[in-house]
Amino acid sequence: MLQLKNVRKTFNAGTVNEKKALTGVNLTLEDGDFATIVGSNGAGKSTMFNAIAGSFYPDRGSIILDGKNITFVPEYKRSVYIGRLFQDPLMGTAPHMTIEENLAIAYLRASKKQHAIFSRISKKEKEFFREQLALLDMGMEDRMKNPVGLLSGGQRQALTLLMATMVTPKILLLDEHTAALDPSTAAKVLDLTRKIVAERNITCLMVTHNMNQALELGNRTLMMSDGRIVFDVKGKERDGMTVEDLLEKFAQGTGKNFNNDRILLSTEQGE
Amino acid sequence: MSGFLTMGIVQTALELGLIYALVALSLFISFSILDICDLSTDGCYTLGCAVGAVVTIAGHPVLAIFAAMAAGVCSGFITAILQTKFGVQSILAGIIVNTGLYTVNLGVMGFSSNLSLFGSPTVFDLFKSLSSSKAWKSWSPLVLLVILLAAIVLAIYWFLGTRLGLSIRATGDSPAMVRASSINPAFTTIVGLCVANALTGMAGCLIGQYNGNSDINLGTGMVTVALASLIIGEMFFKNGSMLMRIIGVVIGSVLYRFVMSVALRLNIPTEAFKLVSALIVAAALTTPQIRKLIALHAQKRASMKMSLEDEEEGGDR
Repeated sequence: MLQLKNVRKTFNAGTVNEKKALTGVNLTLEDGDFATIVGSNGAGKSTMFNAIAGSFYPDRGSIILDGKNITFVPEYKRSVYIGRLFQDPLMGTAPHMTIEENLAIAYLRASKKQHAIFSRISKKEKEFFREQLALLDMGMEDRMKNPVGLLSGGQRQALTLLMATMVTPKILLLDEHTAALDPSTAAKVLDLTRKIVAERNITCLMVTHNMNQALELGNRTLMMSDGRIVFDVKGKERDGMTVEDLLEKFAQGTGKNFNNDRILLSTEQGE
Repeated sequence: MSGFLTMGIVQTALELGLIYALVALSLFISFSILDICDLSTDGCYTLGCAVGAVVTIAGHPVLAIFAAMAAGVCSGFITAILQTKFGVQSILAGIIVNTGLYTVNLGVMGFSSNLSLFGSPTVFDLFKSLSSSKAWKSWSPLVLLVILLAAIVLAIYWFLGTRLGLSIRATGDSPAMVRASSINPAFTTIVGLCVANALTGMAGCLIGQYNGNSDINLGTGMVTVALASLIIGEMFFKNGSMLMRIIGVVIGSVLYRFVMSVALRLNIPTEAFKLVSALIVAAALTTPQIRKLIALHAQKRASMKMSLEDEEEGGDR
């Protein structure tokens, strides 16, 4: 269970560039929740992800994961139980290292004690990596000795997804992770995401600009504006919602229209 | 062959090339793998030589190598701490440590700018004394260095394949991925720089024992020389396997020494050597871009020519 209590963050406080990025975020995610997040640019979606992942420490408030206060735990330590995917498929993998080596590094999270730092990748692990890659169905299991830089954006994002979930994380943060991919690849990566999250019952937060996705995927939809969560819907109320309802809710919650071309476009196009 | 490059010159080039290869391997770890420009190399090299010389004079030539490596580790540790914990830019951190090391090196040598190892047995003397045959007397230093370098190359190859080594490689390749994999990039940077500088220190110690003296200005320009060797090596084996890349660095260093030997035979004065190394590095670094420009020019001309032909054909129609 993830809890954010009144998390606030102001960048460049006291200067002309002052930016109140988070203005009191309150959120409780139950185990197994899969929440989608919508909101216009600058609403604080990525900033909230950065706060959860530990890229910075909040000015105020606390972040609690599974009953443990992680507000000031460094980012690299949190990554043991927090998986994260970015919009840019080039982040999250090391391009000059092979697929196998990338997976081996991701697998370090499994258990520090079992993996002495001077041990090498074992045959058993290679076999395990191969099986996992085969499940992605992108032909990567036969290219394990190839550098990741030779893969396509979709393959790299699928690999990053595998790396983030190979050791089941307590929470998975997806920051528009299919937005930079072409439509058919995006659909495939999204399907994989859905499958992996459902199979392992991973608690998941996903930022999207696609209103249909926001209602269709997962069991809960959040809307952010001006550094806060302004709308949170799940269960029956969510099932009955249409994209129009969602846009209307946004106007109510923030007092302004959802004037973002990307959102309107993706709404018209559907998934 | 015997006229221009005598056996003695070839042998010296090989021996020096192998010793300098250690510095090139050090830069391979810091520059190619960790993506850090470690400018403390000059000072660290002299530090290794100074520490090694003092311990050798005390009568422990083998221990001297380990002492020099330990000194290198300390130097690398300080450079790394400045970068990772205090956020000093890597180039500045190297320059600061390099400057400070000058005084430290003088101090190690008892505030004299020169130390002679005359009369103290070195590892080369110890190895030479294993057999009394004439051929062994002249070839034993090369044999010793080949064995040593082979062991170091294999050790580096092994190390880069371990989980720690992979993490160090990932730190230079994708810091975001490292943080997402529960590895502390500060830790991997520190370990990487310590290993790299241990190699530099070792090279300094060996050159001191090889030359039979230690000089405060020994390391000046070393980073450029090592970079030249590294670039020559990487030119040939850039896309090879990790083992081939490491061996390539050693070969690059030996090739560089051969170029220098040829320069010496062409009566280029020794004072000009630093300029020659700088020119080699500059040439190696600019080659890819120059090749691109030439290719672009050729493509332009070909394209213009074909367009002209198209137009002429169009006129005929």
